Amino acid sequence: MDRSSHTRSRRIAFVAVAAAAALTLAGCSSGSGGKKSEEGGADASAGKASTPRMKVALVTHQAPGDTFWDIVRKGAEAAAAKDNVDLIYSNDPNAGTQATLVQNAIDQKVDGIAVTLAKPDALKAVIAKANAAGIPVVGLNSGLSDWKELGLLEFFGQDESVAGEAFGKKLNEVGAKNAVCVIHEQGNVGLTQRCDGVKKTFEGETQILNVNGTDMPSVKSTITAKLKQDSSIDYVVTLGAPFAPTAVQSVGDAGSEAKVATFDLNKELTKAIEAGDIEFAVDQQPYLQGYLAVDGLWLYENNGNYSGGGEQPVLTGPAFVDKSNVDAVSEYAAKGTR
Amino acid sequence: MSMAQQAEPAVSPPPAPGPKQSDGRTVRRPLALRLLARPEVGVFLGAVAVMVFFLFAAPPVRDGGSMANILYQSSVIGIMALPVALLMIGGEFDLSAGVAVVTSALTASMLSYQLTLNVWMGVVVALVVSLGIGAFNGWMLVKTGLPSFLVTLGTFLILQGVNLAVTKLVTGNVATDNISDMDGFDQAKALFASSFDVAGVQVKITVVWWLVFAALATWVLLRTKYGNWVFAVGGNKESARAVGVPVTFTKISLFMLVGFGAWFVGMHNLFSFNTVQSGEGVGQELIYIAAAVIGGCLLTGGAGSAIGPVFGAFMFGMVQQGIVYAGWNPDWFKAFLGVMLLGAVLINLWVQRQATRR
Repeated sequence: MDRSSHTRSRRIAFVAVAAAAALTLAGCSSGSGGKKSEEGGADASAGKASTPRMKVALVTHQAPGDTFWDIVRKGAEAAAAKDNVDLIYSNDPNAGTQATLVQNAIDQKVDGIAVTLAKPDALKAVIAKANAAGIPVVGLNSGLSDWKELGLLEFFGQDESVAGEAFGKKLNEVGAKNAVCVIHEQGNVGLTQRCDGVKKTFEGETQILNVNGTDMPSVKSTITAKLKQDSSIDYVVTLGAPFAPTAVQSVGDAGSEAKVATFDLNKELTKAIEAGDIEFAVDQQPYLQGYLAVDGLWLYENNGNYSGGGEQPVLTGPAFVDKSNVDAVSEYAAKGTR
Repeated sequence: MSMAQQAEPAVSPPPAPGPKQSDGRTVRRPLALRLLARPEVGVFLGAVAVMVFFLFAAPPVRDGGSMANILYQSSVIGIMALPVALLMIGGEFDLSAGVAVVTSALTASMLSYQLTLNVWMGVVVALVVSLGIGAFNGWMLVKTGLPSFLVTLGTFLILQGVNLAVTKLVTGNVATDNISDMDGFDQAKALFASSFDVAGVQVKITVVWWLVFAALATWVLLRTKYGNWVFAVGGNKESARAVGVPVTFTKISLFMLVGFGAWFVGMHNLFSFNTVQSGEGVGQELIYIAAAVIGGCLLTGGAGSAIGPVFGAFMFGMVQQGIVYAGWNPDWFKAFLGVMLLGAVLINLWVQRQATRR
């Protein structure tokens, strides 16, 4: 008796807590923003190829949790779905481990490998092995200067130096005098090339600033410090989309007049460009890189085609996004595909 | 070697001895030397040395706004360094502290956004999750008897993976959506990430929280029974248990304190940057531990203070930003940082040696 009443009262208490929680949840819903305001608009579904099922491995040097690589992967997945391809994605920022992942793909006897060449020398041997095993290999994103030498079929990407140079020219156009190039990963070859490219064509002064990209508060205060140290800086150039809005905050904190422009694009950035917080972004179209790499392998397998004619890389950037054309891009950026 | 605060005996001290001739072995050493022997004084002098150095080397540091910026950087390290230091005094490590910050921010952000709730709901749930992670760490440690290095290394890896995978699963991206236009955001921002004006200089609220938490931690360590327990379990767990210190409770609650710190910094990150990248936070745990160690906490536990890590974090922030203010070649940035930190720790050590030498 005593016991059952105990259970019952406990059950009542549980129901009461659950009800209270439900009420609180309902009462605490947000009237603005959130997922509700963004729902609607399903992805366009495309047809599917009737070619035999093939297996493709995409091996990148992505560090975990980078928005950029997420878009590359989405492009690859879209192409895989259309082309009846079974896509295996793997990644590791450490070149040695990346080589092991390529070996893993060879062992799985895939029909094609798409690989990024952030550190080409480390991948040389394993790519030769793939070629020896008769597996076609294509390159994407980084490794523009090495892909042919390593015996890759085709390459999809942006020349980081060319992108940097285009960026520098754009800075000249907008009348910048003193720019700081913010490197969020010290020692990364591609990022350094971008800054070097900017330096090459930009007629004003270009300074380099290293920040700790895994800690936003530190990025913010370091950029603030730089703007204080040199108050003549009138343009902050970030090399990755997530860092641009932070740079905007730093500019505010430092009481500086500097403007912010960036390499790469994401959803938040298109909004910031629309709002005028960020001047422009140079987009290397990561979705296209992932998509074309998988599609290129499919075309080679099923029709013997070489994208770029087997001689030239297929360039996916630099495409500039500023206030004049951001509307056309923002819809796709919101879906996480631009 | 270091004469840090030790566990005070549980019994009340014997009545003060009457005036009698000392035999020379227990002679009281001059006040200045006794002060210098305290670890937090050593680190204080180290911090002052670094600051004076940069005041000369980097003119922009002399500006009030720059100092506010340095204090901001120090405060986000310092708020986490405090519970990490308490945990170290209690004899344990937490390697998951860096990614736990991001876990907390992701939880709050995704919950509010996906269910379109008032952001305060997300904030509260994130607190529960953070405390839960701390409790899990502590519970695993107490139950299994494994070293905390291993237990929290496991949690560190788990959280790193969960942060990524769950974010991707829930949002379809690897960063959370912007929540700055949602209800409650402005209030939460006022609490966690606002700034206020001091004589024309914008000071971040985290600086205030940092000092408040430090004062609170100092009081707890020095004036409460719980503080004694912390020193006792860090000094010698078995003898602490023998004299009736609730070892299990103390250890688990210390880990939960780290969870609280992770929650607070996580909320700061969320409300100052509106979105969270799921891959952030890796490596920060070592910076927290470094700040605590520079602040005079022993790696082996049982000794340390809460005020030391405050100076430790300040030293870190000062060096990190000072290098930029000085406009030195950025390629050397990390190397400068390492050299300055080692130098500061050596000064700290030297001061202590001098002061405690007979």
